[in-house]
Amino acid sequence: MGSRGIKDQVAIVGMGCTPFGEHWDKSVEDMLVDASTEAYASAGINQDDIDAYWFGTLGSGVSGLTLSRALKIDYKPVTRVENMCATGSEAFRNACYAVASGAYDMVAAFGVEKLKDNGMSGLVGGTIPDDGTAPTLTAPASFSLLAPAYASKYGVDETEMKDVMTRIAWKNHYNGARNPRAQFQKEVSQEKICNAPLIAGQLGIFDCSGVSDGAAAAIIVRAEDAHKYTDNPLYVKALAFTAGPGAGPIDSDYDYSTFHEVSACAADAYAQAGVENPRAEIAMAEVHDCFTPTELVLMEDLGFAERGLGWKEVLAGTYDLDGELPVNPDGGLKSFGHPIGASGLRMLFECWLQLREEAPPERQIKSVTEGGKKLGMTHNLGGAPGNCVSFVSIVGSELG
Amino acid sequence: MRGILGYSAYIPYYRLDRADVTAALGSGGGRGTRSVAGYDEDATSMSVEAARGLLRSIGGTEKLTPNAVYFASATPPYLDKTNATVIHAALNLPQHVFAGDMTGSARSVNAALRSALDSSKPTMVVASDVRSGRPGSGDESALGDAAIAWMIGDDNDGDVIAEWLGGASSTAEFLDRWRQPEWNYSRVWEERFGEHAYLPLVTDAASAALKECSLEPDDIDHVVVAGMHARAVRGAARAAGVDGRPMADDHTGVIGNTGSSQAGVVLSSVLDNAGAGETIMVIHLADGCDVGFYRTTEAITNYQPSATLASQFEDTTTIDYNTFLTWRGFLDREPPRRPDPVPPFAPPALRNQAWKYGFVGSRDRSTGTVHLPPTRVSVKGGAVDEMEPVVMADVPATVATFTIDHLAYSLSPPTITVVIDFDGGGRFQCQLADADPDKVKIGDRVEMTFRRMLTAEGIHNYFWKAKPLAS
Repeated sequence: MGSRGIKDQVAIVGMGCTPFGEHWDKSVEDMLVDASTEAYASAGINQDDIDAYWFGTLGSGVSGLTLSRALKIDYKPVTRVENMCATGSEAFRNACYAVASGAYDMVAAFGVEKLKDNGMSGLVGGTIPDDGTAPTLTAPASFSLLAPAYASKYGVDETEMKDVMTRIAWKNHYNGARNPRAQFQKEVSQEKICNAPLIAGQLGIFDCSGVSDGAAAAIIVRAEDAHKYTDNPLYVKALAFTAGPGAGPIDSDYDYSTFHEVSACAADAYAQAGVENPRAEIAMAEVHDCFTPTELVLMEDLGFAERGLGWKEVLAGTYDLDGELPVNPDGGLKSFGHPIGASGLRMLFECWLQLREEAPPERQIKSVTEGGKKLGMTHNLGGAPGNCVSFVSIVGSELG
Repeated sequence: MRGILGYSAYIPYYRLDRADVTAALGSGGGRGTRSVAGYDEDATSMSVEAARGLLRSIGGTEKLTPNAVYFASATPPYLDKTNATVIHAALNLPQHVFAGDMTGSARSVNAALRSALDSSKPTMVVASDVRSGRPGSGDESALGDAAIAWMIGDDNDGDVIAEWLGGASSTAEFLDRWRQPEWNYSRVWEERFGEHAYLPLVTDAASAALKECSLEPDDIDHVVVAGMHARAVRGAARAAGVDGRPMADDHTGVIGNTGSSQAGVVLSSVLDNAGAGETIMVIHLADGCDVGFYRTTEAITNYQPSATLASQFEDTTTIDYNTFLTWRGFLDREPPRRPDPVPPFAPPALRNQAWKYGFVGSRDRSTGTVHLPPTRVSVKGGAVDEMEPVVMADVPATVATFTIDHLAYSLSPPTITVVIDFDGGGRFQCQLADADPDKVKIGDRVEMTFRRMLTAEGIHNYFWKAKPLAS
């Protein structure tokens, strides 16, 4: 029994990612075609080269047919995957295992979401017939529970806490302003962020990620075949996933200052990849900044900060684009936008650009170009504090 | 001896200042306030609160389980479907206990009380209305919202605190007040006519009741007069020949005329302060007149109502008139850009009846961990099917953390959501009712309250919220 991982067994050899945003003129099909075209060109392949597909969407379609109809896939296996906001990562993870198992030579992972067509504010969940007793919190309300819990546990006063949240939103807007694919490509002043109307708890409108449309894709092959397709493949070092018992809302021991699912998931990923000091070894991380307090708590759960000190690191600029460990250099969910099924693959797309030194110069991180670091991480989360699924991947530009 | 074993009045948290009506419309309104059911309350949910108070006051269903529950209301939330079954379920009463409605008019409550008093078995009677009227109408300002619950029984059922001495009725068919089922207001005939019709009926019933009970007016220590026809009510004591006797304060200046529950609510305030051996006359004008006499016993000196009426006049909040109109459906406000509310589904609601209505969780026998909602597998240690049911509705709790949700659909945004830890164990996440969003803080003490969460597709979704613990 054990989580052995598949370190260095498979590699990403091509990726595509549409711009994220309000694509009133594009359908789910359009976005899947755009992502596939870019991914195939990036790997120098044709669709016929792909042996199987893993397709993630939360609710923009059902079954593998949503992908196969859009791309006119000729009688190949297409697996539809759903794991809440970690759906895109889950498509990628299972696609990698299919190659590692030896079942297929080349597979593709796709993720897509079309959120803007429903005309609603914020995210809208599906309806499962129930007894009407489930809590009715909106997503921002669920995650806003983190802020007062963290602040009271570590003695951070309300103003300081708001400053920390504002700093995270400001950073991710700053990064997004350097990303032509991002939904929000504008820097926003800390004053404007801080004074925005409240949505839930201490969360203002700028503390919430963008609701958007988008698609992304990755082409995966065995590591030994990678150089047939690219000189700069990304090797998969770790794929970790946890689903918790949903204890948070029912267990008094849960204090809303951490995600136990993430800590467990990160520990598994570091063990798989052989990473001992993540803060020192990892060049960059794309994390699930659905709301600003989430990113703060993740810094501690992922081992990027000591418990109770993450907020000081945020204020010190540790995770800025030019900081010690850049977090969400592409703008994150906050600025790039969060089309659910696509987000996990979008995070990998930034690793793909940064570790291959293909990011636009204004946001290419120096820990890769000058620091010589080779590892990137993605962290993707679905659900709510105390009641979630978590994914962590580690990818690297070199074997070993 | 048969009579009242216990009682409990429930007055909702909110008030409307009648002057606000006058200020907004240039007419209507008046002096004082009226009680207002929360946007998440109705006659059924308020009845549950009154009945819970009643059961707490008499030692719970372990001490006495009623043979029947009658729900009386002129404003029942459901037609065709029995409302009393919701109350029955919320109180976790056994399946063999009968629950039925007596609804339609303010007199229905007397039908329920008569049945209970004429029976030989312990019987719970609950009465409640959510009353309103068209904007600017007399009803809108004069009426109010409340619930009352009684346990009626004999000596061998428990301690009779007020003996039923007997009574008499008079009945007549005339147009005083009427309403079609689809109307959200009542219509009334010209008021002098009502006075003309009612007062002789009062005289007849009162003299018959006095005779039946062998009482003289001088024997009476308190006179309670109730009825929705204000002018006739004002003349009733004189018509009954008891205008020299002490009149109980009807509290209409604070809570308004609460319709079906009015006689009971006013009687409750008399009983809250009564000593032993006091004789109380209740005159109720509703499509005739029902007069009854009670006499308090020694047992009343030991009776502790879970909340006296006076205590429910403290810690209230006044809402503005716009909010009142919104809650009552007279102001159709723009909803948020969020999906329409979804009703509960019938099969899961039945499967989970004990949880949904009775707030019954499960407790792991091996670790004592309480699970809300109940689960089969323990969150501590993973034991399977080692659970026992645990009723949590009356257990107080403490706020562990909370948030104010401006985005969630609500008739009264923002929604306050709290994570609470129950005394003795058990974590739950729910809405906080009857509270000021600016004053909630970690560590606040709360208790559970039965509410109507929403109504969708004509289905009322009843469930539990937390509210600040009454001090």
